[in-house]
Amino acid sequence: MTLAIVAGDFSGAHKVFRKSVPFPEIIARTCDQPCQAKCNRETLGGVIRVADLERASVEFSTEPPQKITILPKKKSRVAIIGGGLSGLTAAFDLARKGYQVDLFEEQNQLGGRLWDFSEEQLPREILERETKLIAQVGVKIHLNERVEPTHPIWDEADAIYLGIGKSASVYSFPQSVTPTTFQTSQPKVFAGGSLLHPYSSILSVSDGCRAAISIDRFLQKVSLTASRINEGAYETRLYTNLAGLASVETILPRQIRYTKEEVQAEAKRCIQCECMECVKSCEYLKHYGGYPKKYVREIYNNMSMLVRARTSNNFINSCALCGLCGEVCPTDLNMGQPIKETREKMVETSRMPASAHDFALRDMAFSNGEKFAMAKNAPIGGRGEAMLRPYNEFVYFPGCQLSGSSPDYTEKAYSFLRDTFYDVGLMLRCCGAPADWAGRKDLFAQSQAEFRAEHEKLGKPKVILTCSSCYQVFQQYYPDVEILSFWDVYDQHGQFPKREFFAPVAIHDPCSTRYESHIQDSVRSILTRMGGEIQELELSREKTECCSFGGAMWLANKPVAEKAVQRRINESPLDYVTYCAMCRNFFAKRGKRATHIFDYIFGGTEADLALVPAVGFSQNHENRARLKEKLLRELWSETMPEQAAFESIRLTLPDDVQKQVEDRLILVEDMQKVIEHAERTGKRMFNKSTQHYLAYFKPASVTYWVEYTSQADGSFLVHKAYSHRMEIGK
Amino acid sequence: MTQYFDPTKYEGWVCADCNVPMQLGKVDISYLGNSFPVDLLKCPNCGLVLIPEEMALGKMAEVEKALEDK
Ligand code: SF4
Ligand code: SF4
Ligand code: SF4
Ligand SMILES: [Zn+2]
Repeated sequence: MTLAIVAGDFSGAHKVFRKSVPFPEIIARTCDQPCQAKCNRETLGGVIRVADLERASVEFSTEPPQKITILPKKKSRVAIIGGGLSGLTAAFDLARKGYQVDLFEEQNQLGGRLWDFSEEQLPREILERETKLIAQVGVKIHLNERVEPTHPIWDEADAIYLGIGKSASVYSFPQSVTPTTFQTSQPKVFAGGSLLHPYSSILSVSDGCRAAISIDRFLQKVSLTASRINEGAYETRLYTNLAGLASVETILPRQIRYTKEEVQAEAKRCIQCECMECVKSCEYLKHYGGYPKKYVREIYNNMSMLVRARTSNNFINSCALCGLCGEVCPTDLNMGQPIKETREKMVETSRMPASAHDFALRDMAFSNGEKFAMAKNAPIGGRGEAMLRPYNEFVYFPGCQLSGSSPDYTEKAYSFLRDTFYDVGLMLRCCGAPADWAGRKDLFAQSQAEFRAEHEKLGKPKVILTCSSCYQVFQQYYPDVEILSFWDVYDQHGQFPKREFFAPVAIHDPCSTRYESHIQDSVRSILTRMGGEIQELELSREKTECCSFGGAMWLANKPVAEKAVQRRINESPLDYVTYCAMCRNFFAKRGKRATHIFDYIFGGTEADLALVPAVGFSQNHENRARLKEKLLRELWSETMPEQAAFESIRLTLPDDVQKQVEDRLILVEDMQKVIEHAERTGKRMFNKSTQHYLAYFKPASVTYWVEYTSQADGSFLVHKAYSHRMEIGK
Repeated sequence: MTQYFDPTKYEGWVCADCNVPMQLGKVDISYLGNSFPVDLLKCPNCGLVLIPEEMALGKMAEVEKALEDK
């Protein structure tokens, strides 16, 4: 905010300010700046006059009023008793979250003690205008209504917030209020406001806001206490080096109020104590030892130089594009955006190294090739008799990674959808995320065109998605296509047999659901209904971390990716439940007990599903191909097209070799091609003492090597495989 | 670039097609428009080349990375 003021950008400063507080016009005029006690300028000319800066930022701003977003309506009802600032804040936050909120105020006006401020400090017109915001978000306001202990609302409401100052004691319970959650001894009743401290507008706002978080959690039946450190006012852990800073005296306004010039001068005194919130929460930024402001500046100003600098390619390709930095940043700076644009620029100027995304792009090509890709309307006949309409209303799009990791669950999910909606088609292919992450607009456009053509052929059905990365891609690139999350559908129409849970579980939200709270809610609801007790991770929902699959981080920078997964794993000893096949795989690969929520919905009970090993890359391809083959045969009575010659090569891989090729990203099909070529052309080497053959082949840009022996049964035993990108010959 | 592996470890290899032992000789390898002569085992008859595992994963990977970051 101070930076924007220095630059004379009052509208920008206003935007930053109102992002952190509700009712910015009121706060800016009444803030009692408790934070000043901690300002680092104290001994260097005097603390910064924060409240005056706030006031100037709203008064000099030309920013139009904020658009307020409201989440879909929820069933639960909340009563707010008391129309003072803490009650208003709680009402505002909860109504925006979709709750049905009733606010009761004994007086004939909202605002409570805000009316004690002078007209000069807080003009009545502003007070009335801003308190009206709560009606705009759907709060039902009951003025002149005192809520006696006999009032029916005590029974009707699912949760109640008391924001009525000291007189709360007339209701007799809030004598004991838990300070972090604001819950009283009566579980559905919460209390805050000047009941807990001397009057302070900013502290009242803080209470209302934090109580709203508690009530939201209470109504969603999740832990009230998990991950609530650093809420409200807390002692910063920020270290700011003040050595060598000159003292600059406080700038005082010559009139009552600051002029623009004066306030700019005062803002200039702000030291800009570095925050580094993003660096603290991201292994990638930590690894590269800087922080986004610096990077973004470099990326924008100096792209060409940056692209040429050594190691910078790797820097650009290692970001998970997960958006966590933007979420934790007080100024919304999301590195993912400029990084992705830089990747696109690199591709356009032929500076993108082939290796970084090659594996993921070939995987995508596989998914969109004939081995996996298909699009069909529902089979006729069978259970739930498909309506004999030419077009289906829905199509299921399971995504490539789920199909490859859990083909059986994919099949069951499809069958559940047909039982539920009858006419549900099936579309197997990749959503195009790997091309998007790789900055390959060309490949993405191609995949998009293919999807559009198929989707049109099916009659433009609504698309049901299981994978959250697909969901993100559809939201961003197919605004005209109606999409549904499988988890929302299952939460509404599914069955919830009780499963045995031996301990609470922690939910890992895939980073691509960061802003999809409805999906996060559905998954929690499904799990709870099946008997699971959920303990939230400190970083969940909009603050969730990436498993390292995002942005192809895991391919571009293995050491950083491993640190990122491990950091996530270390956050809790509980079993992780997730709803993305890749997240589950990344945890399982590092030995973390983890399940996919499908394990509870469709999985058996005999094995410990949290211990099932991750599915390897070759198996993943194989599973996809088999899934298509099986479904075509069983549901549509069709067969797959001819096999290529190399596919008939049978391989035996001892465990250590299996692990080796997995680490080296060498697929069974790559090795099959090498051996098929060697056996057909005779181009191979032989070692008399070991009886091994050694051969190489370059199907596209990578040369693969396989050392093998032919077996009596016609199969081939693989001893080792490796690859390189350098080419033999000039 | 010269030699990045121990040729004595690979003495037993023959070209299966031509049935002659693989012999040390100059081979060009290239990447992203850069070409380097290297000493490698090759078939003196048909030119089949042997790139050992340690060289593919060692020096070659290193050079690939350096050239990509250039
Ligand atoms: S950023 Fe630093 S200098 Fe500026 S107001 Fe905050 S503590 Fe004071
Ligand atoms: S990995 Fe995620 S948190 Fe880190 S810089 Fe990239 S987008 Fe931001
Ligand atoms: S980019 Fe945002 S989160 Fe990161 S240091 Fe700067 S202000 Fe803090
Ligand atoms: Zn030969």
